[in-house]
Amino acid sequence: MLRFLARRLIVALLVVATVMTLAFILTRLSGDLAVSIAGPSATQADVDAVRKAYGLDRPLLIQFFDWAGRAVTGDLGESYFFKTRVATLIGERMPVTLTLGLTGLVIALAVSLPLGILAAVRENTAFDRIVQVVALLGQAMPSFWLGLLLMILFGLKLGWLPISGTDSWESYIMPGVVLAFSAIPALTRLTRAGMIQAMGSDYIRTARAKGLSRASILLKHALRNAAIPVVAIAAVQLGFMLGGSIVIEQVFALHGVGFLAWESIAKNDFPVVQSVVLVLAAIYVLLTMLADLMNAVLDPRLRGA
Amino acid sequence: MSVTATDPGSSVESSPRSSRGPRRGWRSAGTWFGAVIVGIAAFCAIFAPLLVPHDPFAQDLGKRLLVPFWMDGSNPEHLLGTDQLGRDYLSRLIWGCRISMLIGVTVSFVSGLIGITLGVIGGFLGGRADDAVLFAITTRLSLPVVLVALAVVGLLGSSMTLLVITLGLLLWDRFAVVSRATTMQVRNLDYVAAAWCAGCSRFRILTREVLPNIASHLVVVATLEIALAILLEAALSFLGLGVPPPLPSWGLMIAEAKDYMFFSPWIIMIPGVALFVLVLGINLLGDGLRDQFGARTAP
Amino acid sequence: MTALLEVDRLQVQFGATAAVRGASLSVARGETHCLVGESGCGKSVTALAVMNLLARGGERKAERLAFEGEDLLKLSERGMARLRGNAMAMIFQEPMTSLNPAYTVGSQMTEVLRRHKGASQRAATDRAADLLARVGITAPGLRLGQFPHQLSGGLRQRVMIAMALMCEPKLLIADEPTTALDVTVQAQILRLLAGLQRDLGLGLLLITHDLGIVARVATRVSVMYAGEVVESAPTAELFAQPRHPYTQGLLRCVPVPGKIQRDQPLGAIRGTVPRVGHGFAGCAFRERCDFADETCQRTIPRHSAGATHDYLCRLPA
Ligand SMILES: Nc1ncnc2c1ncn2[C@@H]1O[C@H](COP(=O)(O)OP(=O)(O)OP(=O)(O)O)[C@@H](O)[C@H]1O
Ligand SMILES: [Mg+2]
Repeated sequence: MLRFLARRLIVALLVVATVMTLAFILTRLSGDLAVSIAGPSATQADVDAVRKAYGLDRPLLIQFFDWAGRAVTGDLGESYFFKTRVATLIGERMPVTLTLGLTGLVIALAVSLPLGILAAVRENTAFDRIVQVVALLGQAMPSFWLGLLLMILFGLKLGWLPISGTDSWESYIMPGVVLAFSAIPALTRLTRAGMIQAMGSDYIRTARAKGLSRASILLKHALRNAAIPVVAIAAVQLGFMLGGSIVIEQVFALHGVGFLAWESIAKNDFPVVQSVVLVLAAIYVLLTMLADLMNAVLDPRLRGA
Repeated sequence: MSVTATDPGSSVESSPRSSRGPRRGWRSAGTWFGAVIVGIAAFCAIFAPLLVPHDPFAQDLGKRLLVPFWMDGSNPEHLLGTDQLGRDYLSRLIWGCRISMLIGVTVSFVSGLIGITLGVIGGFLGGRADDAVLFAITTRLSLPVVLVALAVVGLLGSSMTLLVITLGLLLWDRFAVVSRATTMQVRNLDYVAAAWCAGCSRFRILTREVLPNIASHLVVVATLEIALAILLEAALSFLGLGVPPPLPSWGLMIAEAKDYMFFSPWIIMIPGVALFVLVLGINLLGDGLRDQFGARTAP
Repeated sequence: MTALLEVDRLQVQFGATAAVRGASLSVARGETHCLVGESGCGKSVTALAVMNLLARGGERKAERLAFEGEDLLKLSERGMARLRGNAMAMIFQEPMTSLNPAYTVGSQMTEVLRRHKGASQRAATDRAADLLARVGITAPGLRLGQFPHQLSGGLRQRVMIAMALMCEPKLLIADEPTTALDVTVQAQILRLLAGLQRDLGLGLLLITHDLGIVARVATRVSVMYAGEVVESAPTAELFAQPRHPYTQGLLRCVPVPGKIQRDQPLGAIRGTVPRVGHGFAGCAFRERCDFADETCQRTIPRHSAGATHDYLCRLPA
């Protein structure tokens, strides 16, 4: 178990290091950064000044290790546009994105767990088929379009929910639902498949032979085993949701990390762009490790002797 | 002393019940629905220049925001109305289908090339090579796709080619995972082992034994990837960093129509529904193909 | 006095396959009833049908299916759940997979007692430890805290037996409790079951392949063939005067009762079990039988050879 954890940690660190390199390369793709930072009306002297001020005159490798070295200590550099520390900037915007992502995950789980369980229990009935069709529909739904539709319906026609901003918890409902939509099909299918497999297993027959109640058979004995793949996918999906929230934040004008990234891309603010990529990737890596740990809690066989 | 007759089968109904599961593969209506949608979309995409009733790029500011045929005051010349610049909506929709399909297929091709190469190498060679492939997949999954694609297009300027290459570089993970797993399975089969013994070269085993055997799995992944690429392109175009205007991508059409949607909701309904139905159709077809191949490969 | 378990002309179908075709048997209080027959003849399905634990797609029908006089066919799933694990318990053929991998042995054992008898966790744990010791597990306290994957197959089967005994059932169905285990453990577990049956006075329906064990522990034997009980008799009588040609074939490899060689495979009878599907009539054994004639294609009568001995064959007693 310890060896497994150590290996896992090393791979995670390597992934983060690779992402760092990629993020760095990504932002240098556009050619001379100094030119784009200085702006279209800048003279050659201005550009040179910018290049010197930002340390862009140094060799690329030095620039990379300088950035990477600081990033490891939590110093992500300074934003060219906002003129503040990138870490502070991301820290300010992160709560919105995290709230949005967690809202999405909670809604997704609240929908897909019961649906998946019921579909499994009623395998091959009309209900089961309807659930599968709904999952297919959800998979095909473009999230930004769904967001706009909800805005028209609940924001304008019914006037129930605010259509933008982050003033109240209600502002998170629509974006959360839209975000959840992307995760619901996979989670529902996995819950259903896991439950069907568990319900057909010998230990469920044992549980029935013991005369346990239906609730105990379903929720204690079957779900515990069916949940193992679901937890892994839920973590992955939360990671995808945080990454994908850039679209939703744009639609609902939520000023989270995704919105920040979008603004920074438009403004060639490359320290922010590369940092957001890095932070989101690091969060994803953390989430998958967390999922592994949770699975070890759920499945004693993974804990080792 | 009793003599009782046992007559097995008397009280059991004699009609053998056919399997009650849902219909699968080509027997399912969903698969056919998907195939028809994909067929129509492919037709529209290929023959778009012949099908469009008007020039999809021609603006006519005198005829802005005409309503579609089912609403009062529609213009029979423009069946689906016109957009905010007076361009024929039906023509733009058909042209947009061409763009969606083009992007979906090319992205799937590029990502397939990358993913299958990596997956087959990992699955076939195993060991260090496989570790490296797994690491590449893990790293790729940790990258936020939309953000990275936006950043590339945002920093390098938007063009179709760049979009295809970027998405292709980002969407190969499923190809790699599936081809790696199936290659491993095929590798362990008896006849492949026999080919090893017969002294066939590795390359020959790969091209003659492994690739044909994993092809059906890859067709399924390819359909699902096409759907994903189409959705992503629409999202990027919606954010203004996908297909460059004035090309009529459905995502871009929705973005441009957004300002008018509260007054005339149909304007975002039309491209949105088209996008939704196309992606649904491709997914249905993909699911159907999977069931079909699954049924055939099962003993 | 009614029998503990009565099964009359039980039929089970899986789609078009008839797994059990009119099997009858009864288990009296305090007796060990052995059900023997070759693989695939429907022994497990019969046991599962009694417990109403058939896999999906299995449909059961019977003239009568009663436990202590109570009609199990009319009982709701809820009513059945009250009996299962409580008055009637079952041990499965697959010890390796029959325990839930996610919970400790202790938690899986105690939940039965808590459910049926409303016992406290403490009392249930005490009883579980008691029973584990009784089925020959050393250090029961330690085992209670362990997970199934930490136990060997023999230990898991013992845990299953102890778990089945938690509520002092009146009927215990043990489905080949030893086939998955190695030879030394097999004998131990069967001896254990026989001992428990004697001590607790429960009715035991023991499904087994091992005629040596049958000869030693059974009060009564039912022989199954292709979904039917072809012969049923008290043990001594069956071994002394088998009536059905199939039973005779089975016993041919066993020299004398009491001096049987252990672990002998079931008799070498020529041919294989036929596929009996819909509309099959007559004796399913006729293709392999030395005494078969054309009347074997018709419905076969059940003959009695004494008050407690009957068999399914055209041959007269
Ligand atoms: N879940 C099921 N679905 C379909 N058919 C089944 C199922 N379970 C059992 N059968 C059929 O019922 C028949 C009897 O099976 P059963 O398990 O009762 O045999 P058995 O006598 O217990 O054999 P063994 O000694 O190998 O345990 C088998 O031939 C099998 O084809
Ligand atoms: Mg069996």
